[in-house]
Amino acid sequence: MGESTDPPITFYRLQACPYCERVTHTLNDLDLEYRSRFVEPLHSKRDIVKRVAGVRTVPVIVDDNTGVTMAESANVVDYLESTYGDGATSEADAGGAD
Amino acid sequence: MPEFDVVELPAATPPATGEEAPDFTRPLVTDEFWEDRSLSSLLAESEGRTILVFTPMIGSFPGTYVWEELAERNWDEGVDRVVGITAATPYAVSSFLDGTGVPFSIFADPANDVADRYGVAHDLDGMTGISEPRPAFVVLEADGTVAASWVASEWPEFPEYDELETQLGLETPS
Repeated sequence: MGESTDPPITFYRLQACPYCERVTHTLNDLDLEYRSRFVEPLHSKRDIVKRVAGVRTVPVIVDDNTGVTMAESANVVDYLESTYGDGATSEADAGGAD
Repeated sequence: MPEFDVVELPAATPPATGEEAPDFTRPLVTDEFWEDRSLSSLLAESEGRTILVFTPMIGSFPGTYVWEELAERNWDEGVDRVVGITAATPYAVSSFLDGTGVPFSIFADPANDVADRYGVAHDLDGMTGISEPRPAFVVLEADGTVAASWVASEWPEFPEYDELETQLGLETPS
């Protein structure tokens, strides 16, 4: 049985949430590998997101490449594009967390 | 003569002891989220063996009985890792874990393909188009080979759990 390493980006998402789909779109456009963790529609059942990001909203991404944890789709999209898009700074490529 | 029918099921065809178990990827539902996981990735992070527990669908009494029994027997605290799989959506599994508090993670496989590949699927009479796993326990070594298994041969049938623990070679906390 083959074993692959975990992708560096973890994406907390809600099925069919348009804000999350926007992030999905960006991740795919940038050809980034990620793993999806789906949470429940009820905010009260999102303890994992609260623990990870301090909020109960999704989308949230955790990027082990850079040590960044981020909520809010607009922020996440900006972050992904500026980190991994054309003209990105080389912080992520250098593996330079902190 | 009892006035109810216990149906004898056709012979199951689980992977034989010593064979490599089929790998698969499905959403694994925990009490907090679900994410795609492969069986092989679980085996890789496990110290001991992994027990794959097939149950009838979430909401059925046989499914509930199996999980409550395993919780009562502290199978979550044993040396071997226990992971479930059933024919249900992630939402149904998530609600079940939330409602019962059983301390296990369960793969969601609504189409029941994995049970089919493991030779333990059961097409339900009177529920056209719906198939679910029979109760079945498959013990896997870290390299994915089958160490032991038990599959229900009647419907409904539950294992004699004391015997099952001996047969599967479990070291469960007493």
